[in-house]
Amino acid sequence: MSFINRLIEGHEGGLKTETMTPMQKIAMRFVVIGLLYYGLAALEGMIMRVYEVKPLPFIDESHFFSIMTVHPMVGIFGSSYMIVFGAFLFLTPYLMNKPIYSLKLANLSWITIAGGTLIMWTAGFLFSYAPLYTLYWPLPADMSQFRAIGGIVYIVGVVGIMIGTFAYTYNIFKTIVYTPKGWEKQPSMALMKSALGITGLTNFFKRKQEAHLVPLPIAAISRGTIDVGLNAVVISTAGVLILIYLVGNGLFGMDLKDTWVDALLYKNIFWWGLDLVADGLVLVFVAGTWYLLAMLISGKDLFMQNIARAALFLEMVVSWTVWSHHLMSDQGQSNFLKVFSGEMVTAFELITQGIAVYITLVTLYRAKPLKMTNELKFLLGGILGFMLAVPAGIIQADLGMNRILHNTQWIIGNHVHVAILVGLTMTLYSAIYVLFPILTNGVKLYSQKLANIHFWLHLIGGIGMGAFMGMAGIDGMLRRTIYYNGEYNTYMILAGICGLMIFVAFLLFLYNIVMSIGIKGLIGVYQPAKINTNECLCEETKKEEA
Amino acid sequence: MADSIDVLATLKLVYTIYALAVISIIAYFGYRITQKGEVKPTKKIIFWLYVATLIFIGTGMHFLTYNVVPWVPMDLNRDHINAEKTFDITYRAHTIIPNETPMKVPCGKYVVFDAHSDDLTYGFGIFRQNNTMVAQMQVVPGSRNDLMWIFHKNGTYNVRSTEYSGPKGSQMILQDAIVVTGCKEDDVYAMKGGE
Repeated sequence: MSFINRLIEGHEGGLKTETMTPMQKIAMRFVVIGLLYYGLAALEGMIMRVYEVKPLPFIDESHFFSIMTVHPMVGIFGSSYMIVFGAFLFLTPYLMNKPIYSLKLANLSWITIAGGTLIMWTAGFLFSYAPLYTLYWPLPADMSQFRAIGGIVYIVGVVGIMIGTFAYTYNIFKTIVYTPKGWEKQPSMALMKSALGITGLTNFFKRKQEAHLVPLPIAAISRGTIDVGLNAVVISTAGVLILIYLVGNGLFGMDLKDTWVDALLYKNIFWWGLDLVADGLVLVFVAGTWYLLAMLISGKDLFMQNIARAALFLEMVVSWTVWSHHLMSDQGQSNFLKVFSGEMVTAFELITQGIAVYITLVTLYRAKPLKMTNELKFLLGGILGFMLAVPAGIIQADLGMNRILHNTQWIIGNHVHVAILVGLTMTLYSAIYVLFPILTNGVKLYSQKLANIHFWLHLIGGIGMGAFMGMAGIDGMLRRTIYYNGEYNTYMILAGICGLMIFVAFLLFLYNIVMSIGIKGLIGVYQPAKINTNECLCEETKKEEA
Repeated sequence: MADSIDVLATLKLVYTIYALAVISIIAYFGYRITQKGEVKPTKKIIFWLYVATLIFIGTGMHFLTYNVVPWVPMDLNRDHINAEKTFDITYRAHTIIPNETPMKVPCGKYVVFDAHSDDLTYGFGIFRQNNTMVAQMQVVPGSRNDLMWIFHKNGTYNVRSTEYSGPKGSQMILQDAIVVTGCKEDDVYAMKGGE
């Protein structure tokens, strides 16, 4: 078979999209776009890595910072949200054994998040809008540095992402509790209580324990989705506030004073919302995904299920009270919040994530000997990533260490990039390798050798980049800063080489997936499905009854 | 008296050892689970000991730094400490304007750097001549931003904004903004031309 033929048709016939259910197609739509946005974020990352070594003549400072603004937004919303939402919109009905509440809402989610991310990205590309994702007041409304149109386009893009996020949140909870047409009435309230962890909580105080109505991964999805929804409310509110100033001052020449908004209070509320993502849903979703992957890989029940459920609930509560570790260098912030929320509650993340690591590893151990499959090796990589990144975060959430680490490369290297690139992304790759045959009705991977190279390049590149950035941070290198005299070039060149390894790893992975599915299959994913999910479920039920 | 160089060197060493240890553990675990052999039952006591260890490390670290890192008790008890000298620093239109140039700091005395922003959120960071950080704080408009510090070594320090305030703020640096004199010891990384 020629290269061109394989590229178009895929490996061993590729993906037969006519046999895919609507949910398989929708999940694939999310994942494909999520991977493309991951590639964009990785490319932006590489541009910034090179720029930190030697500023590029065709990119001026303001455009550099606009790349820095959209890079995490594309990475988190365009890529991670898309892949996670796609997987969970598929898994929730799959694990609940009933059809998804609304296919239309699921389609709306991927279209608005993908479109919103693109619009938000153009605000940086075309208008060099660069307030960073932190949006510290009043920077996003600063007309002396940015044009109002850039800010408005940015906010419109974020609105699109948030619409998709709300649609996802509603769809997930509705799918858990609703009764499909013609089915026996479902116990909606009991399902919701079980999903949120209230059943597990009340069981502590009851002699006769209630059974958990939803499987453990659904509990993780639900609790993380609560944080997704709350975060979307906070980001939307900030978006409306910024839009009022941009339109009022920028377009209508009004004189809305920046001082009408308390910058410290705004920072507190904004970080409360952002931490629902960074310290909430990421850790909850990741723990839930590890549990599901461990069960699928080992073929066994999860070790200490009740503890796992309790830890997921605790993590959700921790995520609501942890934000103050971002304000430990703010002298106006009260010492009580710095010590209680910033230090002590944050320390609980070490405990909840540590429990997730332990339970996952013991579940795998009890099933040995296991074959070192792609999903297993990427899962171990993901666990390793969080074992490295979470303690790095706990260290900087200390009054003594924060005074000398805040806003250095340590934060963004050792903590953020290792958590996202090694911890989260390798977990997502593991999930993709597990879901790949399920979503594609058994398409074979084009090359196992490429999958192995992808694994090692990504793992070494991710840990290496974080380590070299972290070392530069310890030596005083600030994040969000350009050093024109090459003060940290040794570290930055090494970090750049590691970044290149991650980028090449992604290209190899993408090539492997495209060659497996084929261009024809990829296009077919975006065409309407010919099979009805309800009919599939009825067939399954009939088979089971027989 | 420990300074940021000592604390960060310890961090680099401890974290590197920790990182190598967990990489080795996961690599060994990955190898072991592919091997045949007896699966020993997991005792619950091991799990609870593990959780207790996590709690001990997570909270113990803060008690350790409170007792070892000199600026933590100073930060928490600063209402009861009188400063020898206060420097007023204004941030406006991406410019750092101190009330004294350079800011002359007496050795071993508490001083306060009191920063006010007239527009955006900035940062106040003190850096040695080799670019390593001494300390930093945020400078939030409409908020109190005052850093109490005590220097035990002679040196000349730069001040730069440590918080992103838009593209115009990327090079907000005041060279040789702080000069500390009167100490017995020199900060070797903060000496200008062998002063």
